Amino acid sequence: MEIDVDKQQNCAILRIKGDVDLYSSPQVRTQIMALVNKKHFNLLVDFTNVTYMDSSGVATLVEALQLTNKNNGKLRLYKLRQAIRDVFELSRLDRVFDIHEDEQSALHGI
Amino acid sequence: MAQAIEIKIPSEPKFLKIVRASINYISEAMGFSPEDSNNITLAVDEACSNIIKHTYCGATDQLIQVLIYLHHDRLEVILKDFGKKVNVKQIKSRELDDVRPGGLGVHLIKSVMDIVNYENCSELGNELQLVKYLRKKG
Repeated sequence: MEIDVDKQQNCAILRIKGDVDLYSSPQVRTQIMALVNKKHFNLLVDFTNVTYMDSSGVATLVEALQLTNKNNGKLRLYKLRQAIRDVFELSRLDRVFDIHEDEQSALHGI
Repeated sequence: MAQAIEIKIPSEPKFLKIVRASINYISEAMGFSPEDSNNITLAVDEACSNIIKHTYCGATDQLIQVLIYLHHDRLEVILKDFGKKVNVKQIKSRELDDVRPGGLGVHLIKSVMDIVNYENCSELGNELQLVKYLRKKG
């Protein structure tokens, strides 16, 4: 798995490539923590190239959501393939996360 | 008689991908839809992750045995570990309204599989049976 961070004026975009599972989710968490510690509280996660996500990946994002909310920031996810949407829906977290179709929509209002 | 496939991996998270690739391939080859194949793969992956996290407490040098039986009407996966005995009564999914990191694995497994059966009869370790039935076409 690879993560590129694209720091923009009002937000940071994490572009993740590969599977987010028990092996790789700690890497996602480390990256999110580093951004939050540097006061990046508006985070976007680009799922275009995320091929798989398990509950450890979801847990990492729940933690990120709580951190950004606590700091009056936003966490937005976009371009999720159906199999990954299904994981959020099965967890009933599709209503908790701010999920967008594309980057343009996710950036709106940030 | 069911065809059988056996996979053994060390309890190292980086090897979970081997199990996922195998289960996904076998599910699709049996005729499960891509959606069902993804869900079965997720369930088996979550169960293996639980073994690594809870039974082996993160140790990466233990054994996980995955037995896959291809029946004409269902896929059966038996996961065996050789760690400490798990108290089956303590295995439960959390309340979904309680939004917090973690605790989702068991819920996901139970949501997507038709049978989830924790057996504690083996002399050493634990055994989990997961079954998914093929949907009848038409």
